[in-house]
Amino acid sequence: MNKPLGISRAIALLGVPLVLLITFTHYPLLQSVVSSFWSKGTKIRPSKFIGLDNYAKLFDDPVLAKVMWNSLIYAAVTIPVTVALSIAMALLVNSKLPGRALMRLSFFLPTMLPMIAVANLWLFVYVPGYGLIAQVMIWLGLPDINFLGSSETALWAMMVVAVWKEAGLFMIFYLAALQSIPQNLKEAAVLEGAGKARVFRDIVWPLLAPTTVFVAINAMLNAFRVIDHVVAMTNGGPNNASALLLFYIYQVAFGFRDFPYGATLTVLLAGILGLFAIVQFKLLDRRTHYQ
Amino acid sequence: MKLNRLLGTAALAAGLYGTTVSGVQAADLEFYFPVGVNAPAVETIQEMVDAWDEAHPEHTVKAVYAGNYEETTTKALTAAQAGNAPDVAVLLAIDIFTLVEEDVVAPFSQMATSEEDKAWMDSFIKGFTVDTVFGGETYSIPFQRSTPIFYYNKDAFREAGLDPEKAPESWAEMIEIGKKLVKKDDAGNVVQWGTRVPNLGLAGLWLLGGMVYSMDGTLTTDSGTEVQFNTDATLSAISFLKSLAEEGIMQPGGVTWGDTPKAFIEGNTASMWTSSGNLAFVNDNAEFEWGTAFLPGGNHPGASLGGGNFYIFKDTSDDEKAAALDLVKFMTSPENAAKWAISTGYVATSEAAWETAAIKDYTAQLPQALVARDQLPYAYREVATFQRKRVAQIMADALEAIIAEGADPKASLANAQSEVDKILADYN
Repeated sequence: MNKPLGISRAIALLGVPLVLLITFTHYPLLQSVVSSFWSKGTKIRPSKFIGLDNYAKLFDDPVLAKVMWNSLIYAAVTIPVTVALSIAMALLVNSKLPGRALMRLSFFLPTMLPMIAVANLWLFVYVPGYGLIAQVMIWLGLPDINFLGSSETALWAMMVVAVWKEAGLFMIFYLAALQSIPQNLKEAAVLEGAGKARVFRDIVWPLLAPTTVFVAINAMLNAFRVIDHVVAMTNGGPNNASALLLFYIYQVAFGFRDFPYGATLTVLLAGILGLFAIVQFKLLDRRTHYQ
Repeated sequence: MKLNRLLGTAALAAGLYGTTVSGVQAADLEFYFPVGVNAPAVETIQEMVDAWDEAHPEHTVKAVYAGNYEETTTKALTAAQAGNAPDVAVLLAIDIFTLVEEDVVAPFSQMATSEEDKAWMDSFIKGFTVDTVFGGETYSIPFQRSTPIFYYNKDAFREAGLDPEKAPESWAEMIEIGKKLVKKDDAGNVVQWGTRVPNLGLAGLWLLGGMVYSMDGTLTTDSGTEVQFNTDATLSAISFLKSLAEEGIMQPGGVTWGDTPKAFIEGNTASMWTSSGNLAFVNDNAEFEWGTAFLPGGNHPGASLGGGNFYIFKDTSDDEKAAALDLVKFMTSPENAAKWAISTGYVATSEAAWETAAIKDYTAQLPQALVARDQLPYAYREVATFQRKRVAQIMADALEAIIAEGADPKASLANAQSEVDKILADYN
């Protein structure tokens, strides 16, 4: 019933996305690779070909070491916490509790706000002395915490914002997945004497796996890709304690105007993300059952 | 645009026939400007630009709001590299080294050569012209300049039994008075700090620069190739800054720039060190009597200067340069400088501007605004070098490590000094 498409029409249809992909993804990436072999240039001191010097510099850059470490902690914490929280919220709003609609709305609300608005909101939550948390702490007679102004807490404060902002979106995907789980499977398990925990572990969780793959990949991308809150809240400080890799790339390229080193860092970021994507697809795919 | 070209040609033709004395060619100017304050700056700029446009029907000018300082510089440089430079822009005064290195700006000293022009260039307050010069040429004209001053809550001073007309002048007095201003609740938590000095990021470095200057040091020299970070002057400034937290006068750890005016308004701190650009905000929001004073200093008062200047880009025709020069003269005329200062809180840049009736009315109503001008003899340019952002970031990181991580000041300064020396070695 499907007539094979003419070759010319196929090319036309594939051509449009291909042009977009090449223009906005492949060509810039290739250009980044090319410029990573050059030195920072200005009109007075033109850029020189320096081979792999920029790559050697990666290993000798104390700020990069810190930033990589921050990004690693950030991803390792925010991804599982976001997944867990979004499942918990989805289970909650999927149950027959009163006020369900209000709960769904309030869980989803942070997702609808732009990250800059979220960051400004949280600036008020965190500010010592008269911020939201500070007022509660003072009322409870507890000492104030300078969340964004100390190196021990700044990164964690960023993570809370990211999780708060993202869990709501992923909750929607889990909610949809939960509602597509056939009720009879759960009923059969309950008849066989399975408790709630057992039903979740052996029925719900495995059937949510495709959603979990999707959510985990997106959460990971966001962990490396969303830095608006860092720019708005701490500018990477104090002393780079809350700087993430993409923030550092922005700082090096547009702040320091060192485009070649920025390109080198971009190649590094693209490499890391590519690697993660491959690992995730290979590992998770094998253990995921698509319906 | 085309119409103006035509008109220009017509004017030229008419000029050739001797029917008009106008020798000016039509120019289409593009003018980039940033906004860095909480004030109706865009409207005011547009108003001033429109006024110039009306007075010069042969020219057109398009004012382009280009974001904050950093974004505006990036856009102007990117456009210049693509062969589409703006004709004129307001950019950070301290970006002079970057702009010279990218070879995109034309020196005013070669365009404004008549006696009248020279008098105009000499009319700006001296402190503001330090960072307009490189290699003997003047590359920029002071426009939106700011400097930090000391704001204090007079009611809080009275409550603490202090003379509300006597602000602390030295660091020792700051500590002594600061201790008296601290208020605690029953649980021992501070509800009102003595003072608040932002110490994070480039803003922290901006204030540190003034403290160092009050100890007769400068963080960077006029050459743009030398940093003097690891010095006794910097060490004393840092030890004063640290002592504020150690003595319980200031919130420990990092103190942000952005929250500072709010903390003052909320009564969370009895005094603050922040830009004169916050005068309007404090005036509109403070529900207590407040005053301003020079920043307390080490050997004497000291403050950094900040803000943006006019630059004219190289890659434009002579006619456009002439028109751009005229626009800059207009924008910096005493009346306009005064208007700009009043609507934004920036410090008017020429003595003549401070003599205008408009500004006299303004300072009669808001005498606190005079402090910024009077403090100028004790003010010096902020950190400025080639590779400025990278150099300043290294210095700010070192300050943050000392403040927020308890790093050893001497070792941190020495380490940062050797890093910036490496970067600037290329330029010496």
